[in-house]
Amino acid sequence: MSVDKDTVRRVARLARLAFPEERLEPMAKELNTILAWVEQLNEVDTSKVEPMTSVVTMSLKMRDDVVTDGARAEAVVQNAPLGEDNYFAVPKVVE
Amino acid sequence: MSDLTGLTIAEARDGLKKKAFSAKELTEAHIKAMEKARVLNAFVTETPDIARAGAAEADKRLAAGAARPLEGIPLGIKDLFCTKGVLTTAGSHILDGFKPPYESTVSNNLFNDGAVMLGKLNMDEFAMGSSNETSYYKPVINPWRRKGSNTPLVPGGSSGGSSASVAARLVMGATGTDTGGSIRQPAAVTGIAGIKPTYGRCSRWGIVAFASSLDQAGPMARTVKDCAILLKSMASHDPLDSTSVDLPVPDYEAAMTGNIKGLRVGIPKEYRIDGMPAEIEALWRQGIQWLKDAGAETVDVSLPHTKYALPAYYIVAPAEASSNLARYDGVRFGLRVPGKDITSMYENTRAAGFGREVQRRILIGTYVLSAGYYDAYYIKAQKLRTLIARDFEEAYKKCDVLLTPTAPGPAFGIGEKSDDPIAMYLNDVFTVTVNLAGLPGISVPAGLSSEGLPLGLQLIGKAFDEATLFRVGEVIEKAAGVTPRPQAWWEA
Repeated sequence: MSVDKDTVRRVARLARLAFPEERLEPMAKELNTILAWVEQLNEVDTSKVEPMTSVVTMSLKMRDDVVTDGARAEAVVQNAPLGEDNYFAVPKVVE
Repeated sequence: MSDLTGLTIAEARDGLKKKAFSAKELTEAHIKAMEKARVLNAFVTETPDIARAGAAEADKRLAAGAARPLEGIPLGIKDLFCTKGVLTTAGSHILDGFKPPYESTVSNNLFNDGAVMLGKLNMDEFAMGSSNETSYYKPVINPWRRKGSNTPLVPGGSSGGSSASVAARLVMGATGTDTGGSIRQPAAVTGIAGIKPTYGRCSRWGIVAFASSLDQAGPMARTVKDCAILLKSMASHDPLDSTSVDLPVPDYEAAMTGNIKGLRVGIPKEYRIDGMPAEIEALWRQGIQWLKDAGAETVDVSLPHTKYALPAYYIVAPAEASSNLARYDGVRFGLRVPGKDITSMYENTRAAGFGREVQRRILIGTYVLSAGYYDAYYIKAQKLRTLIARDFEEAYKKCDVLLTPTAPGPAFGIGEKSDDPIAMYLNDVFTVTVNLAGLPGISVPAGLSSEGLPLGLQLIGKAFDEATLFRVGEVIEKAAGVTPRPQAWWEA
């Protein structure tokens, strides 16, 4: 599974990272080095192994289905780079 | 009295109780040390006013005979922990100006127990690094230097501000986080102790997330006992983190009996890696001998999937990171870089706000999670995790604790490894297995390299058996003798 320039462009788009054209090729090389290295995992037959889903054995706790927090709009938006009246402000998305 | 910054937390606690000095004096001594050491670049934000207020409160409580467990102890907080009203950067440009309106559970636990915050400590950006060189706030300098050399060395990472500030006697202890070795490796290369507790022992609430199934907070301090004191306060069950465990936190100090007679110490043969420096190998043998001398027996064990731990980690960690870091979008916090529409605003913000290593890992993570590759990479890596965890379970049928080196070598020079990501990733070769299996691991200062740089030994425990790590760790620490302090060249 080799990564080319177009794949980097596509993945950068998925990750919402603006990527200058001249960095696509070097990044493809870097990713290929790392991916080639991780592919040694294929040496191990894992056909009968379950993937880990919980790091330590524990069952998740249940709690009553009630509201425990909220009504703190000001605190929620206070770090926004741009906002108004407890709303986040973004560039226009709908014409 | 003359050297308040040289005390351990245990000694300072006793001194404060006996009124040998005040919390104010202790804090002022550390503020002075911190101000004189700015060349180390250990702090992103110094908070002397908060420290002074904390010390004043501590003196009141001490006078009233109502001291809490960490009353008046000056600590540094890694800048990955959200601190209410205090800039929290995670070492990243993208969190410019972020002042959380809440306090992380771990830092809150420490302050509720009387600890005093001196400031927020520098770190690799989003904890992604092993040398503190990926920080937007520039690298931290290790207080240690090679014999007869002025070459600036890295303090390890990602908790490099934590390790450097503790080793340089700027703080008495610090919080760290450990996703692949980020507490233990920096502790080892700066001659201090640091423990990554079992996954779930400390709440992750309010800690900026890197890889949620691997991240765990823990203490870094100059002695094993000081780490035990700090962990007792840091650990708690927290309804705000569903993965934090509801288990009682033992009295770790009381468990440090010094008695390890009959303890079975496993020596994993797979940790004898190719190209291991002779002095690391010798230190490991020395550690085995110290434990035998103290009455433990050693057992050879095998952890056959060890070599797959790092590659599995470099799938799981970037995958989880790419997902966790999706929230930095220029809308809710920190930096925003305008664009021609909302998508280009996201893209420009993230391109400007994330550094090279973080972008690289986001791309890897996004790639391995993308349609068609998820099973081949992420599921495959999670299967390897099952096998790695099973290796440990098998080993613990024959032993109680494992002994390994912490890092493959001493601190290296700034810039020496930054061009080769895989060479950098190999710093975590002995530590990363523990994160994948969720187990606790401690690094204990165990000696100096031929160049006069600190080296550490690692003990790996069974899940939730941190008590044994403290008990055995102290035995190694005592056998190794006092680690000398680094020369305070930065004060000259």
